[in-house]
Amino acid sequence: MEQPAEFSVEQLGEVARRVRRHIVTMIHNSRAGHPGGSLSSVEILVSLFFKVMRVSPEEPGWPERDRFVLSKGHASAALYAVLAERGFFPTSELLTFDAIDSRLQGHVDMTKTPGVDMSTGSLGQGLSAACGMAVGAKIGGRQFRVYCLLGDGETQEGQVWEAAMFAGNRGLDNLTAIVDYNKLQLVAPIAQIMPLEPYTDKWRSFGWSVIEVDGHDFEQLLGAFHRARDTRGVPTVIIAHTVKGKGVSFMEGQVKWHSRPTTDEEFRQAIREINVLSEDGTGCGTSPCGTITPIISGQGRGGGL
Amino acid sequence: MIARFAPAGAPVSIREAFGDALVELGKDNPRVVVLDADLAESTRSIKFAKEIPERFVECGIAEQNMTGIAAGLATVGYIPFVTTFCVFATKRACDQVSISVAYPKLNVKICGAYSGLFTGKTGATHQAIEDIALMRAIPNMTVLEPADAVETRLAVKYAADVPGPVYLRIARDAYPVIFSDEATQASENAGRIKLQLSDIPKAKLLVDGSDITIIALGIMAHAALEACNILFHQGVSAKVLGISCVKPIDQAGILEAASETGAVVTVENHNIIGGLGSAVAEVLGEHYPVLIKRVGVRDVFGESGPDADIARKYGLTADHIVQACREVLEAKESLRLGARPAGGAKATLEPGESREPRVLRI
Repeated sequence: MEQPAEFSVEQLGEVARRVRRHIVTMIHNSRAGHPGGSLSSVEILVSLFFKVMRVSPEEPGWPERDRFVLSKGHASAALYAVLAERGFFPTSELLTFDAIDSRLQGHVDMTKTPGVDMSTGSLGQGLSAACGMAVGAKIGGRQFRVYCLLGDGETQEGQVWEAAMFAGNRGLDNLTAIVDYNKLQLVAPIAQIMPLEPYTDKWRSFGWSVIEVDGHDFEQLLGAFHRARDTRGVPTVIIAHTVKGKGVSFMEGQVKWHSRPTTDEEFRQAIREINVLSEDGTGCGTSPCGTITPIISGQGRGGGL
Repeated sequence: MIARFAPAGAPVSIREAFGDALVELGKDNPRVVVLDADLAESTRSIKFAKEIPERFVECGIAEQNMTGIAAGLATVGYIPFVTTFCVFATKRACDQVSISVAYPKLNVKICGAYSGLFTGKTGATHQAIEDIALMRAIPNMTVLEPADAVETRLAVKYAADVPGPVYLRIARDAYPVIFSDEATQASENAGRIKLQLSDIPKAKLLVDGSDITIIALGIMAHAALEACNILFHQGVSAKVLGISCVKPIDQAGILEAASETGAVVTVENHNIIGGLGSAVAEVLGEHYPVLIKRVGVRDVFGESGPDADIARKYGLTADHIVQACREVLEAKESLRLGARPAGGAKATLEPGESREPRVLRI
């Protein structure tokens, strides 16, 4: 059985830094993608794939692996970067993101990408699939756990609450949902479009155990995942308070960076900021991400929502 | 020589056969799970719930979530049968069927009961006239509608055997049994057509004939056979093909029949847009154009009423099929005589009317 790899919090921070560089580079290269919601979910994804979940990069289809569903399928760049860093496929493949014939689709496709357990992209559907995996584990007496990352705006979809009601009533304690609560959606802040509050009350009333954390703090995230694993009889949702566009100053908290490629100058600045952060001792320093040549521009046709 | 076809015996409920088939399949295969959205009494998947409760997943009135749960179950190795009414399975949860099931080619069997207009006096809200059109247009999807209880049992088994997503359309009521299979008692086999699992995707020759081909989907085979008998007494030799697999459709079988008769009438308990009639017209139009007329719901919503009244009002009786056949045969005859059929079937000219074709100048 594949055990979670032993990574220190410092090492997780280094991985997060490399993942952010990959995200910014992939989206700049393809001239399309969703930087804001990808950058906000980095620490959540790194925690899961490097510390929490039992996965096997050498055998992505290992039947007893823990499952992960990226319900916010538009954060594909973040998941691909994390999977590549974890060894599911070469990091060099990341630059094929969104290109024709690529295994790395704009929204994640389980039939194409090693390590992707469910195809998503039409919002609101991932938690239902995760419920199916979790109830399948219960029916078969299997031990794997199921994790599902949702966007905050996505939980305006009614199907999410159908799934929440199902999981609560079935007591799916092998299921952990995480909400990337970055407070912004495509057009405007959630508070303007369709507020979610009182948010924790909603989940509790559907029969879930609720944990609130800083979604960029590895210690808090890992503690929450540990608590979720030890919780019996009810599913757990981790409300991860995050910053959309985290790690790139001009993207942080800005609605317009939901889906938008960078100009060459914006891209250079983004990479400089990520590198400077790493030299502050919180990230990867000069190696290995400091050696990446980031400029690959002018390719792709552009796109995005 | 025209064979007349009149199966003996009492009608048998298709939905009861569906429920029994699920139980039989579930007992044979531990990977089979059945999901329900509070309609198990009506769809008869309640039989599975009683026999194999540990693999029955009640989802409540939440078809979108049920479809997603089935997708998740399929990813971890199960063969989920989603059971609800046709309208909810295909319209309420259409995006879920497309994105969570068909796009990743997951092994989910979407089962819609209460097909077409015959839904037990429910009115238009529960009448499924667009479901085949929707499911047929989704890539990776197989679309089935069996004609009788025997074929229903085989179709359930076939759905489980075919890898990937399947839409299985199940009629609510009882119909005469026209097929027999290995499980049928020998004493009941008289006058029935032998059917094997491998026949499900094929166009089945129910009656041979030479003047016209009637192609009927699922339960409309019964009205088509009745029409065939009426036509026989009128001196018309009609070939009847039964289709239970609309997608992928048996192109070779359809083309062979069309080339033998040169005229086709399709019959379906569905809108004539997007269903069997469209599927057959697509095959003929691309490969062997012959005259065709589609019998079915003519792009209108239905209403409440007894099945017989509904069938009469909405054009689904044997008489409607006969009428369509006569129109196609008249057009075929006028073509043979070198005339251009006007308005589909009219061969004679009104005073002052010209035979010259009207040409659109662009």
